[in-house]
Formats: sequence, structure tokens, C-alpha cells
Amino acid sequence: MTSLPPPSPKKLGLVIDLDTCVGCQACAVACKEWNAGGVSAPLPDRDPYGPAPLGVWFNRVHGYEAGEGRRSRTVHFPRSCLHCEEPACVTVCPTGASFKRAEDGIVLVDEDLCIGCKLCSWACPYGAREYDFDSGVMKKCTLCIDRIYNDSVDERSRIPACVVACPTSARHFGDLGDENSAISRIVAERGGVELMPEMGMKPVNRYLPPRPARAGDGHDGPDYLEPVVPAEPERGLLHWIDRILSR
Amino acid sequence: MHPALSVIFFTVASGAGFGMLALSGASTALNAQASALSILLTEFVIALGLTTFGLLASTFHLGRPERAWRAFSQWRSSWLSREGFLSVLTYPAALAMASGWIGLLSPTALKWAGAATALLALATLISTGMIYASLKAIPRWSNRWTVPGYVALGVMSGALLLHAMDRMAAVFAVEAMAMRLTGWIALLLLFIAVAVKLAYWWSIDHAQPRATIESATGLVGRGPVRQFESPHTAENYVMQEMGYRIARRHAKKLRRIALVLGFIFPALLLLPSLVIPGPIGAALFAVLAAVLALIGLFVERWLFFAEARHVVTLFYGASAV
Repeated sequence: MTSLPPPSPKKLGLVIDLDTCVGCQACAVACKEWNAGGVSAPLPDRDPYGPAPLGVWFNRVHGYEAGEGRRSRTVHFPRSCLHCEEPACVTVCPTGASFKRAEDGIVLVDEDLCIGCKLCSWACPYGAREYDFDSGVMKKCTLCIDRIYNDSVDERSRIPACVVACPTSARHFGDLGDENSAISRIVAERGGVELMPEMGMKPVNRYLPPRPARAGDGHDGPDYLEPVVPAEPERGLLHWIDRILSR
Repeated sequence: MHPALSVIFFTVASGAGFGMLALSGASTALNAQASALSILLTEFVIALGLTTFGLLASTFHLGRPERAWRAFSQWRSSWLSREGFLSVLTYPAALAMASGWIGLLSPTALKWAGAATALLALATLISTGMIYASLKAIPRWSNRWTVPGYVALGVMSGALLLHAMDRMAAVFAVEAMAMRLTGWIALLLLFIAVAVKLAYWWSIDHAQPRATIESATGLVGRGPVRQFESPHTAENYVMQEMGYRIARRHAKKLRRIALVLGFIFPALLLLPSLVIPGPIGAALFAVLAAVLALIGLFVERWLFFAEARHVVTLFYGASAV
């Protein structure tokens, strides 16, 4: 059923720390590696080594520059499914292929029911769904459902592949419905935000904003393009040599 | 948004077909159906042909067309499912109406069959519009003029086709609808449809952005945010499907083409088709009006997609959508 289940107390999701993410793409690669062999397999790539590769990925790491001048900073920004509480991608589905799990809130696609109409990808504001042009069905992040509930995986590894792979621990996984969970406490402490709340999808995932720059860490110094050392006066031997060499 | 030809064919063709069914259903329900049986049935076959062609064209858009029947199941939440459901329900109602024309139904039952056909055809047009109007992620579509646009353009093109067929029938000395009423209705609907389309264009040109790159990335209150590097070197599905953009000057030109072909020429051609006494001249003008209008609607529908921008483009460098 593509009607939404009643809100579940359990809301599994990710928290992504934009302060510590270094944009190394390890999460994107680990995601592709795991899911190319898991329930969503195959994740096809067309022309993978050619000039215009086109493939299905569930995780894309963007780079942005926020602010201007000396206080601007580069922000690496991993983007994946936010497992929304009111996902339009589910309600628009005409076949019942898209659904939200009542027990933990994970948004999934039943590939055996999908007709490949692509309407869910139009309905998602976050670009989370990518079409598998080989199988003719839509695919998306499963929150590694075949990993987090997998008894044959070592217990410590029962977390999404992207979280395991992150070398800076910028990705956290847990129950955002439980306000006492470790992940909810990080969100409260760091003022985690939801993306595009104006779209009304109530995303579950949260993003931790970059911490403000501290005084004295270089951000209060001169603008980057100003010369740091004052120019030499235009006379003397060095000036004469400089003029000779500059010809 | 990427303008897929299959979806454009579908919405233009089935829009015209359901527009024809809505009008002949309404005239049957009001007992105003004055055309000869042979014309009614010809128009009926053409209307069903257009809707069927449109529905088939829409399945070419699917990755797994053999599973299309599953789309009838989720009418409780999905406008796409409702559209499929209502469009298929229109067929038995329309067939009942046609059997009434032949004389298989009592006059009262025929009226009810006509009313059911008209209501179901209109409901189908509304649900087509709602598929687009309900998508919040495409702000230009979730607009109050989207649904009226689909209904007005569908009924208008249906009326133009009915009028063209009435005039053609008159050439063969078959008794067509009295007083050329269909033509006058088509003219009225043309004016309504062009007003709705102009209102749609005006409103998308003057709409405030609903989301920004700052709200999309959550980097609010830090000054302007701009894309620094793309996550991938080539395009991906999201960019190809949702990132399609048309140059502003091309959009302006195409709007003018849609306006002239879809509305102005058909209106100018309708007038002579209504006043010329000779049946051949009148038929020629009426057919030309209908054909040009359909070509204009094709351009209009292409623009409907090409001009719509998806908020996901914010992640790929757009600053506000």
C-alpha cells in the first residue's frame, strides 16, 4: 500500500556531520559496493570507463562554498535518501511498489511491483531515487536493510555501509524517534537541521551544521588576496635586479 | 523537467479524446444531441481511438509496461493511479451511452449514461492535472492553474475536433448538430482556455521561489551558498530527468508559437467555418482549426515540461527554484 502507515515510534535514519566530512567519497563507494551485491543488485553502470559514464548510485557527495570572504568555508555534503516521515515518493506510487515500513520508517521499493513510471523520482525533492535503466525499475537507498538486520554479519557491522566506511565518523546511524538515543542527543547538542522543511516531507535524517569559526584561528586575519608582507620600497640593489629580471 | 515525447503524446491525445467524450456526454445528458447517429458514432470511435492511443503511448514511458495493470491498485493515495482507474471506468459508461444512441437504452437511462460519461471524462482530465499539481518538488506545477489548464485545454481540443467532424459530415449532407452549436461552444472554450494558459504563464513568471540552495543544503544564515564541485563528472539520472532546462529566449519564442497555433489561428479559422454557407469551405476551415490547435497544444505541453524546474536542481548549482 502506498498510503502511509501510522507514524512509527522508531525512526531509523542517518545524521551527517558537515563539520567533519572531508568529501573523500568513501561513503559513496562503500554504498555502491554493498548495494551492487545486496537486495538492490545490480546497480548498473553504462559506459563506466568512457567519456560519459552513467550509473545508479544511492549516495552522492557534493561540495559547496558557504559565505563570502574570509569567513567563507568549503562544505562537503553527502546526499542520500532522508527516509521522510511523509514521503511524497511513496504516496504518488500507482502500484504499491514504493512503501514506508511501519516498524522502523525505512522507505523502500518492491522491485517486483515497480512499473518504472519514474513519478516517485519526480516527487522527491532530494533526488534520492535513481532509475535502473537495465531492469526498468526505480532504486533507492535501503538504509542497508540487508545489513542492519543481517544475522550473518558481525554484530558491530550491522550498520549501513556508508557509516562503516566513513574515516572521520561524520556519519551516524540510529533511531531518531527515540530522543534518548545517542544519535538524537548529537542532533540536540549540535543543532541538527532538516533539509528543505518547506517541502513538507518531514525528513528523518539530520545534518549537523559546520561549527562556527573561532576567533584567532586565522579567520580574523587579512583577506586571502591581500599581500601579507608589505611591498619593498622601489629603490636599491634588489629593485634594480628585479627590474633587470622582469624585462 | 525532461519533456518525454510519450507523455506529451499521451496528455494531448487523451486530453482531446476525453474532452470529446465529456462534451458528447454532456449534450446527451441535456438531451441536446441533435446530430445524426452516423456522425455521433464516428465521433465516438475517434474519441475512444484518441484516448486509447494516448493510454497506450503513456505505457511507452514505463520501464516495465507489462506490469501496467498494477497501476490501478493505489487509487487511495496516487493521482496517477486515479487517472488510470477513472480513464478505464469512462469506457463502459461511454459504451452504455453509445448503445443508448442506437436505441438499446430507455431515454432516461441514456441521459444517465451521458451524465456518467461526461463526469468520468472530466474527472479523468482533473486527475491528469492533479498528477502534476500535486508535486510540491516542482513549484511551477503545484500551481492553481495547472488543473484548470488540463481541463480547459482538453475540452477545448475536444470541441474543436467535434466541430470539425460535424462540418465534414455536413459535406456529405448528413444532418450535423443543429445551428453549428458545437462551433460556437468551441469558440467560447478557446477563449476560456487561452485565458487559463496565459494565467498559468503569468503566475509561473511571477512566482516567488519556494526553496533556495541555502534551505536545500541546510547552510542557512552563513551568506550565499554556491556549488563548489559536482559529485560526479558526467550527468546522472537525476540531472537528465529533472535538470532539463530551456533557454529563456527559446521559451519565449515557443510560447508565442503555442499561442498562435493553439489559440489565435484556431479562433480566426473557426469564425469563417461558422458563417460560410458552403459546406466544403466550412469543413476545410474547421478541420484546419482543429489540426493547428492540436499542433499548438503539442508545443504547449512540451513547454509545460521544459519550463518546469525541480528543486533537486538546487543541489546541482541552481540558487532558487
